[in-house]
Amino acid sequence: MTTTDIPVASRFFAAPVLEPSQAIHDFTIPANRPWSHVLRKGQVLRLIDLEGQQAVDTLFYNVDDTSERYSAQDTILHQNAPYVSTGTRLISNAGRVMATVVADSCGRHDTSAGACSCEANTVRFGHHTRYMHACRENFIIEVTKHGMDKRDIVPNINFFMNVPIDPDGKLAIVDGVSGPGDHVDILAAMDVIVVISNCPQINNPCNGFNPTPVRVLVFDPSVA
Amino acid sequence: MSSPRPEPQADTQATIAANRTRYEALKQAGNGVTPRHLPPPTARDRAPIAEECIRHKETVPGGWYWTKLIRRGEALRIVNTSATPGVSVFAWNAHDTSERYNSADTVKIQWTSDLRKGRVLFSDMGRVLFSIIEDTCCAHDAIVGGSTPASNAKAYGDASLRSTAENMLLAAGKHGLGRRDVAPVISFFAPVSIIDGRPQWREGAVTSGDFVDIRAELDLLVAVSNCPHPLAPRSEYAPGPIECVVYRAPPSTADDICRTASAEAQRGFENNDLYLQA
Repeated sequence: MTTTDIPVASRFFAAPVLEPSQAIHDFTIPANRPWSHVLRKGQVLRLIDLEGQQAVDTLFYNVDDTSERYSAQDTILHQNAPYVSTGTRLISNAGRVMATVVADSCGRHDTSAGACSCEANTVRFGHHTRYMHACRENFIIEVTKHGMDKRDIVPNINFFMNVPIDPDGKLAIVDGVSGPGDHVDILAAMDVIVVISNCPQINNPCNGFNPTPVRVLVFDPSVA
Repeated sequence: MSSPRPEPQADTQATIAANRTRYEALKQAGNGVTPRHLPPPTARDRAPIAEECIRHKETVPGGWYWTKLIRRGEALRIVNTSATPGVSVFAWNAHDTSERYNSADTVKIQWTSDLRKGRVLFSDMGRVLFSIIEDTCCAHDAIVGGSTPASNAKAYGDASLRSTAENMLLAAGKHGLGRRDVAPVISFFAPVSIIDGRPQWREGAVTSGDFVDIRAELDLLVAVSNCPHPLAPRSEYAPGPIECVVYRAPPSTADDICRTASAEAQRGFENNDLYLQA
């Protein structure tokens, strides 16, 4: 794995210091499983890659109107860069800031390659992979809990997933840059439903070919 | 970077090694074999459309959108008559609009965001929506997408100018669809490369008279937005017209390049064939 072209997280961004003991919510998402949670404006979500190299497929929806949701292309356009890291504002399809990445110990996350699905797996890896669990199965199950369905699933952020895009357009999922304990902190700018699939893919390096658990902490600085 | 990942059990390690080997082989074919099979750009005078094959022809003014049902086997030629910088496209399966263009699957499946003649556009269901059958330009953007009120405010100081984001909502609306049905788009005639982690516009890659032909592989509701790409280096908002031509495409044969260029495209078409049997 190469880390030479990965920028370090900005040292100049005023990330809040948050101790795990202060979290108002602390949950470990088992390998392969979905999770969702309503994150209130001002709260901070910390994602911890417990064992390293584990893709965490993530979407955000406005609690008050779920037709407003995370938009990968609006986010890329807003920051004029295709990767997510410290300082990235996560922009909705209505052009509004939903959340900001305020801390990132590993440096770069993907938002171009989307989530795996049973159907896309057949095309990418062969028809024999149809009956393997996939992120969009997790997403459908989880968004249904919030009154949504497959129509509401759009290209997402893949925290801890490394997809370099070359100048000639070549792109591929390569070994993740996150090690055990690496984390990102996401500060909500509005009340959002966070929907996560702890990626079950074993046919490419996004999970080191071996899916593992991730820990999610929610902090509320107003009560800390 | 922290300490390395813990070592898994021996049997898990064997599975990991086998899956990694398979992945590397697929990647090598995707990056090496396929690009060698791709055809060169279409010559301007080499792909005339016979008059009797044309179902519909329409000029779309700068800034506007156009939407139409295009049936499987028909193609849409977008002619960039004015060298306008960027024309965005989105599409839904006409029989089930929950199936739609998926930008992420399209680039990930084909190991590239350089979509050009010989490549295909995928839906979220592992099926091929479009084949790029002719393409004089070969400079398109599948990553950054189209303009928005915010990008127009930034580029031209006016958020009320017509944008692709609003055009796509309008086009969706005309089919009874809404904001939930709109997702990232592809922008043709938009020469964007990612260089040092930044999207960059390459000047001179789009010229007047360029065209791209996309053949529908399912019955599709197609939306076209004729708005300047947000990264186009223009000081004034001055999108030019385009021409949209819907025509009966030459029949797709078993050795069709869009079907055979990659193992991934082959499997995508196999999924289409299975779906169309029903």
